[in-house]
Amino acid sequence: MEERKKIIDMKGIVKKFFIGTPNELAALGGVDITVYEGEFVAIVGASGSGKSTLMNIIGSLDRPTEGTYFLDGINVTESKDDELSKIRNRKVGFVFQTYNLIAKTNALKNVEMPMLYAGMGRSNRAARAAELLDIVGMGERMKHLPEELSGGQKQRVAIARAMANDPAIILADEPTGALDSQTGRLVMDIFHKLHKEQGKTIVLITHSPELAEECERIITLKDGLVVGERQGSGAPSLADSKEEVSAS
Amino acid sequence: MTMFFENVRLAFTSLLANKMRALLTMLGIIIGISSVIAIMTVGNSLTIQVTDSMSTMGANNINVFLQAKETETEKTEEGYVFESAGSGQVMVQDSDLISDEMIKTLCETYPEDIYAIAASKSVGSGQILDGKKYANVSLSGVSMGQFVADNVKLEAGRFFYESEMDKGLMLGLISDKAVNNLYAGDTEAALGDTVNVYIGDKFYQVTIVGVYKYERNAMMFSLTSDKDLSTNMYIPLRASKELTHSDGYASFTIVTASGVDSDKFAQKVESFFASYYRTNRNFEVSAFSLASVVETMSTMMGSITKAIAIVAGIALLVGGIGVMNIMLVSITERTREIGTRKALGAPNSSIRMQFIVEAVVICIVGGIIGIIIGVTAGILLANALGTPAVPSVFSIILSLSFSMAIGVFFGYYPANKAAKMDPIEALRYE
Repeated sequence: MEERKKIIDMKGIVKKFFIGTPNELAALGGVDITVYEGEFVAIVGASGSGKSTLMNIIGSLDRPTEGTYFLDGINVTESKDDELSKIRNRKVGFVFQTYNLIAKTNALKNVEMPMLYAGMGRSNRAARAAELLDIVGMGERMKHLPEELSGGQKQRVAIARAMANDPAIILADEPTGALDSQTGRLVMDIFHKLHKEQGKTIVLITHSPELAEECERIITLKDGLVVGERQGSGAPSLADSKEEVSAS
Repeated sequence: MTMFFENVRLAFTSLLANKMRALLTMLGIIIGISSVIAIMTVGNSLTIQVTDSMSTMGANNINVFLQAKETETEKTEEGYVFESAGSGQVMVQDSDLISDEMIKTLCETYPEDIYAIAASKSVGSGQILDGKKYANVSLSGVSMGQFVADNVKLEAGRFFYESEMDKGLMLGLISDKAVNNLYAGDTEAALGDTVNVYIGDKFYQVTIVGVYKYERNAMMFSLTSDKDLSTNMYIPLRASKELTHSDGYASFTIVTASGVDSDKFAQKVESFFASYYRTNRNFEVSAFSLASVVETMSTMMGSITKAIAIVAGIALLVGGIGVMNIMLVSITERTREIGTRKALGAPNSSIRMQFIVEAVVICIVGGIIGIIIGVTAGILLANALGTPAVPSVFSIILSLSFSMAIGVFFGYYPANKAAKMDPIEALRYE
């Protein structure tokens, strides 16, 4: 196997809460995870397994108590708050379960937002946002407000937003959790498409074994520790899914 | 900069999303700003009017006039109040009047300070009659200094010659208004014409040598039409003395030389006359400068303005607290949005700026509404008072910057709170 670039390089990550108090709690008890460029990895685990804490650390929303974490070669462990904002802005694309689009702001402006914080010029922003919305099949509804979109449409806008600054990693936290299985399927197909066609590195956090099965690699978390790591069955046939996306 | 405009756009979006709430929030600011502007507008018009009247009357003038001495009252044991002897309705005797000699001595005592003496002697009010045409005039003899003191501007003809003044010829200056009434505005016809002036049961023949421009006294509000307007008809002082058979003056005006503190000089004049009137039982001489009157008025205006400013300041303070309160509510409501923005890479400074801009926009919009209401109210008030409305540009700029400052000041705390939110907590907020 050839040497591939490490996007996520975690060693001995420990996250404790209430440090120094009697009810000190270790959410993560020493996690080693490596994700290579272009991989589609699922992190699964029951609630309370430390999934969310791990996701926050991967997304550099939070710093670990112990251990080292390099995201696309940047030492997150030693970064200050504003540096973390910059890392989130350039290196991470978040997709949330609840979409988290900014209310009263149309799809285009929502997708533009990370580029705005990156300091990109107005016309460049609009052009790129339109392009991204086209990719996720929302090109027709760029001027719609989040209130006017269905759940699946909102999530597609959110995916377009996650790709705005061409991040090193797309971090999807239960992206289909609030959707019915049909639209959920559609969203998953978009992830597969991005992975296959654009070579995006995607980390999918889920509690659903079926969704995890679609990924290339599955990391299982239990009680704050990695308890299993195996190959997934990979993506399903892309030919059908492409049809579905463009048809919607 | 892009960020800034984006923030302004965002601020308006959230403002429009909660119109009623925004309006209520702005109310304090609107009330504060509009009251300041309204008062400033009215105050400004009044001040300008006072200044105007000052220039028509002459700021350097000192009025010197006879005044009845304060009546001394005596109280009996039973509590009855008696007015002491020599008071009550006392007629001015010729001997009480200010004489030419006194004025001459005054001029010799203070030659440096006095530019001119304006003495006048009123003959009475009456009418110039010419067939059916008439003009109301008050006939008064004047010294040349009176023209300076009254700021009389000649429109046609001439003033009196020195020799005419000395001889006391029956020559006169009338106003352009009187010319309008008598000669249908033809000044050429007026000049050289001899008119009959009827005062009481007497009439005097006066030859017109000049026409002056009538200026409305800004301090007096007159509803009289131009036709019935009574204007001054000036004749040489000497002539009026002969007509009235009296030599002294009940009042005169000193035009001070430039650079003289007319307030201080008025006191000197008073003490000068005190030596003459110490023995007079009924009268004394008072002198006051118009500048001091104007000063008193502006001091009064100033304290009214200050009082209003304090009230408005309290309204603005309350308004500012209202803005802070609403910003805190808004931030709590938008916790998830803040979390999302942070996840998308917004630095703390950018979140802080977003909410400060929002508070400032609320305050400035409130300020602008306040200015519009204030200017309108000020104009209406000024019209009601019959003065020209002069919106104060200074106060408008001041209130705008002040409301901006309120926005920054009261927006900072909530904005900082938003900026310091933990993104994880904020994203999880329900």
